[in-house]
Formats: sequence, structure tokens, C-alpha cells
Amino acid sequence: MDWTTIGLTHYLIVSAVLFSLGVLALTIRRNAVLMLMGVELILNAANLNFLAFARYQGLNLDGHVMALFVIVLAAVEAAVALAIVLHVYRQHNTVEADRISSMKE
Amino acid sequence: METVVLFYVFAALAVISGLVVVFSRNIIYAAFSLLFTFLGMAGLYVLLSADFVAVAQIMVYVGGILILLVFGVMLTRKVTDVEAQATAKTSWPSVVLVGLLLGTLMNVLTKAEWRTVDSVPDIAGTTMELGELLMTTYIMPFEVAAILLLVAIMGAALIARR
Repeated sequence: MDWTTIGLTHYLIVSAVLFSLGVLALTIRRNAVLMLMGVELILNAANLNFLAFARYQGLNLDGHVMALFVIVLAAVEAAVALAIVLHVYRQHNTVEADRISSMKE
Repeated sequence: METVVLFYVFAALAVISGLVVVFSRNIIYAAFSLLFTFLGMAGLYVLLSADFVAVAQIMVYVGGILILLVFGVMLTRKVTDVEAQATAKTSWPSVVLVGLLLGTLMNVLTKAEWRTVDSVPDIAGTTMELGELLMTTYIMPFEVAAILLLVAIMGAALIARR
């Protein structure tokens, strides 16, 4: 492992750490909004992978296009998920995932 | 040399603020440190010579998604239960499992023999080529993404209003 010249592996390691943090946020956090933040972390890690592989193939722009689509999907997902979270909050008066056990009240 | 230092600065910014997102007791702190994670990631994108994606990241994530998440935090929280939403107990089995996952990923990543090209073509930026790709090769996914955005925004408004 070479620490003084930055290569593909360095970016992949950062991405793996961020992915694990996202999974951790999904598993140990109970607040639905925080779980959403975990999903955003995971999508960012995937994006970093796309861009790193694109760069280390001699700037293959297909990876960049895919990263742009991932950003669009993240925006869509955040909008719809927050609408659902607001709705759940109005129905159950909480967004703690383990206190919501039914779809209806 | 500067790029090496910058890489470590941006990587540390992203990872440390990511740790705050996961372990912070206050949701507002988590939301704001997510801002620094996104900025650190945008810096890494620039280092990967992905200038357009980096700017899109800042505009969409910091300008849109993060504002939405902060709204979500503020609308779903009562002023009275400041401490109630803190993670009462960390569930150690999931920490151990995620640690194992990270270890496996690290092992694979560092041992794999990636075939890489270190040189980058000498171009002024990626914006023009990206625009051409989006309007030629990827025109179909581009249009589908536009329809998806429209439908999702309408659906979100409908769900949230009821």
C-alpha cells in the first residue's frame, strides 16, 4: 500500500468507508430522517466509485453520465421519502422506526 | 504533491463528518455535518477531474437534498423531546457486522489487481463532452429521468398534502 501517490485503491477505500457508514446509519439509527441520510451516504459512495473507475480508465465519460443519473435518482428518492415520512408523522406522531408497527393507525 | 495533501484533506473531511452523521446524538448536528460530507465528496470529484459532476453534486445535494432533509428534521420533531430522539442504545451486533463488511471490502479492494490508466487526456473540462453524450448516446435515459422527476415531484406533493 503506497500512501504518497494517490491511486484508484485510495478512492475505493474512502468509498468503502462511506458505504459502511451509510449501512451503519441505516441499522443503528431509529429516526427515519437519519436513515434517509444513511441512504444518501451510500449513494454518494457509489458515485465516488463510478467517478474513480472512470478517471482511472483514462477519463471515460460514461461513468460521469451514470453519476449524474445517480444524483437525479437521489433527489427523487429524497423528495418522495420525505413526503412519506411527513405523512407517517401525521398519522403516528413519531418517526422512530421501531415505534411504527402498522401501516394504518 | 498538492493533490496528495488535498486528497487526504477531502477524504478526512468526508469520513469524519460521516462519522458525526452516524453517531451524533443531536439530529440537527447530523444534518449539518452531512453538508461537510457532501462538500468533501465534491472535492474528491474535482480531484478525479469530474468538474461538472462536482458542481452538480454541490447544487443538487447541498442546495436541494440537504435543505429537504433539514426541513424533514424540523417538521418531524417536537421541541419538548430533545433527548428522546437520541440513540438510546447502540446495537453492538450491527456495529460488529458492519465492521466485518468493511473489513471484507478493504481486503478485496487492496488485494485486487486493478488495470488502470494513469494518464488523463488533456481537455479543458468535461462539460461539453458530457452534454454531447447526454444528447446522443444517453438521450433515452435522459428523457426517462426527466419524466421520472416530474412524476416523483407530483407524487411527493400529493402524498405530503393529504
